[in-house]
Amino acid sequence: MTILDVKNLSISFYTRNGTVKAVKNVSFNLSKGETLAIVGESGSGKSVTCYSLLDLLPKPPAKIESGNAYFEGSDLLNCDKDAMRMHRCDDIAIIFQDPMTSLNPFLTIGEQIIEPLIKNPNPDKKLARKDAKLQALSLLREVGIKNADERYHSYPHEFSGGMRQRVMIAMALITEPKLLICDEPTTALDVTIQAQILRLIKKLQKNRDVAVIFISHDLGVVAGIADKVMVMCDGEIKEQDSTNEVFYKTKDDYTKRLLAAIPDGAKRLPNRSTKNILVEVKELKTYFKNHTKKRTDANYFTRAVDDVSLKVFEGEILGLVGESGSGKSTLGRSILRLAPIYDGSITYGGEDIKNLTKTNLLPYRKKMQMIFQDPYASLNPRMTVYETLSEPLLYHKVASKNNIDSLIYQLMDDVGLARGSIFKYPHEFSGGQRQRIAIGRAVATRPEFIIADEPVSALDVTIQAQILDLILNLVEKHNLTMLFISHDLSVVRYISDRVVVMNAGKIIEQGITEQIWENPAKPYTQDLLSAIPFPDPIKERKRATWL
Amino acid sequence: MLKFLLSRIAQAIPVLLVVVTATFFIVHAAPGGPFSADKAVPPEVIEALEAQYKLDQPVWRQYISYLGDILSGDFGPSFKYPGRSVNELIMAGIPITAELAFYAMLVALGLGVLSGVGAAMRPNTLQDYAPMTLAMIGICMPSFLLGPLLVLVFGIELEMVPVSGWGDIPGDKILPSITLGTGYAAYIARLSRGGMLEILSQDFIRTARAKGLSESTVIIKHALKGGLIPVIAFLGPAFAGLLAGSFVVETIFQIPGIGRFYVQAAFNRDYTLILGMTIFLSTLIIIFNLISDLISIWLNPKLRDEISNG
Repeated sequence: MTILDVKNLSISFYTRNGTVKAVKNVSFNLSKGETLAIVGESGSGKSVTCYSLLDLLPKPPAKIESGNAYFEGSDLLNCDKDAMRMHRCDDIAIIFQDPMTSLNPFLTIGEQIIEPLIKNPNPDKKLARKDAKLQALSLLREVGIKNADERYHSYPHEFSGGMRQRVMIAMALITEPKLLICDEPTTALDVTIQAQILRLIKKLQKNRDVAVIFISHDLGVVAGIADKVMVMCDGEIKEQDSTNEVFYKTKDDYTKRLLAAIPDGAKRLPNRSTKNILVEVKELKTYFKNHTKKRTDANYFTRAVDDVSLKVFEGEILGLVGESGSGKSTLGRSILRLAPIYDGSITYGGEDIKNLTKTNLLPYRKKMQMIFQDPYASLNPRMTVYETLSEPLLYHKVASKNNIDSLIYQLMDDVGLARGSIFKYPHEFSGGQRQRIAIGRAVATRPEFIIADEPVSALDVTIQAQILDLILNLVEKHNLTMLFISHDLSVVRYISDRVVVMNAGKIIEQGITEQIWENPAKPYTQDLLSAIPFPDPIKERKRATWL
Repeated sequence: MLKFLLSRIAQAIPVLLVVVTATFFIVHAAPGGPFSADKAVPPEVIEALEAQYKLDQPVWRQYISYLGDILSGDFGPSFKYPGRSVNELIMAGIPITAELAFYAMLVALGLGVLSGVGAAMRPNTLQDYAPMTLAMIGICMPSFLLGPLLVLVFGIELEMVPVSGWGDIPGDKILPSITLGTGYAAYIARLSRGGMLEILSQDFIRTARAKGLSESTVIIKHALKGGLIPVIAFLGPAFAGLLAGSFVVETIFQIPGIGRFYVQAAFNRDYTLILGMTIFLSTLIIIFNLISDLISIWLNPKLRDEISNG
């Protein structure tokens, strides 16, 4: 039985800079209990399509140009406010991407969960606060919140990311909707938490026979859970078929590119690593002071990096893997002396750099550079590409005013930026191009050692593949040594020679990448590896017994 | 929480000390004195007066003894109102000024929050532009212009309300409260518009709408608490500003509050009265700032946790 039928939907955004056709002629339908995955990169129109069903797009600038959407026969696009409230309350629920920002920080989670019940516009379904609370508590237990009675009165900031998403799911399901839209529900979460949340959504779907639209940029995530897949790009449907057809008999070129861009296996450089230790960290402790705690309190220090020792050999790419809060970024920043080191030693080329003064550290700053995660936040919006790239060159006296232009052009060629864009500002570039600028800035001073902190995790998967290849090229060309920090195990496997696994500030295990993949020694590493979703439906269904 | 309060109170002490010291030496450095009058007074009389008020002593000695006095809560005798202490003068005027400030605050909050929230709900429409333009005019319009204008229109032409006094005829409190409150209403309108626009663009507002809540629930329950935090933060300084800035309005409407003492004291070189008023108002400003900070913290569950854990 078809419950949702969307036909020829087109949506445009009328902005100051012109009209953007965000969704072009999109049609799809969904039956009871079925799961449709909508896959696409950012700007593909996948979220806009779904938000329009519940009238959640800001109008203006958004405008529905044409098309129909029927939920169980009733028109979603041309209904009055009250009817839409009924649909939102009882029929269709949404789980949003980031549970941190999608929950109201000023209200307890209990209050937020019961709202659709106690404020239900339908008098038959409206519940008293007391009854609503009972329902909420049983649902909270079902989604795996321990001490539900107590936690009912907690505020969102008192939960971890995964727990918050469980709360979001409880909030979405409280009115027993018939359609659940999940908008990238696991993108902001760690890989092990992602596996738990996917499993939970699947279990709840089975119990309730609810239809699910699962929006994702990650084909791997949807492989195991979707009945059918719709691939979108630039507002158009590129391919729409059963999951097996899309994965095994791919027809569309764009879908093929998407599948090919998923880092699978390894693309390492021929082994260049030597026996020379470039960077050595011994018993490093980086603690942050907790100013709200007493000095004698056991929690006065947040032990971000807690007794870590590792070696980086000249010429190697060392992958540093861990989930959020594992201390991997702090470790990277500590090596560059950008974090408060409590104890331990760091040497660079055999020289101690932990105790150097700012001035004496300066020559090392030139040799060690960092690439940051978010190319939107880490570039100065008021500086052109020329200024961004010339700053380190002039500061470290690599170039003089006379020869700087040719050096900058050369850098731009190296990182694949068009020479014509030299006087453009960061906002004029896409995310991938911005990361190219950031990489250009990092390699400008011809460093020996680069710490790349999640350099591709803010990028779309096809762009990610390009940037990874660029990084590999530059490493080879300039004979760089790299510490590559990432939460994404597939990316780390793709690029690094050796790998270090971190959790809760400590190193869990380290070794040759492929050996760790084949034979993880520690349970934590095993869990981490088994949580990675494969872009292969049959393998995925077989592996995930809970499906 | 107690620790937070104590540390804030401890911070206030040096602030007050600086205020007292600076004011003391500035008023003493100003040319003239409380007893330099237009009429010639025999030098013996002046000497006797100065001795009576300890003005014949070196300034630093006066400063030390004044510090001792205010620590015991005594602001000393007024130089120009013979026989009355500064404490008495402040206590006589403050209930009236406080009442005026309170009504003005109600006017400011009512007008400001309503128009600000309304503007934020429909940004870049008439519902936004009209009150925001008015608010800009309200900020620019000084009360010595607005007051007489209101008197002219509503008091004299339309004869709707009394034009002066305080508590003598019913309705005589209306115009002064509006005159004093309007400027602050304008600030509050702009602050609440900004705060609400910020909150209304948050993801959790989209979540609230997606749950099928009515627009009024979304605004009142989900947006107001966060959206009005900038307004709350402004209330402390605003209330103190209303108390201190009531002079013009009190003069226009013949209200016997503290504002007029302040200005007259400055002209008269009534050292003790100037100092007393300054210290009193500074203390109020510090207290009201602390209160509005506390309310802001209490409204934000995350901050509340951090403070109460500390």
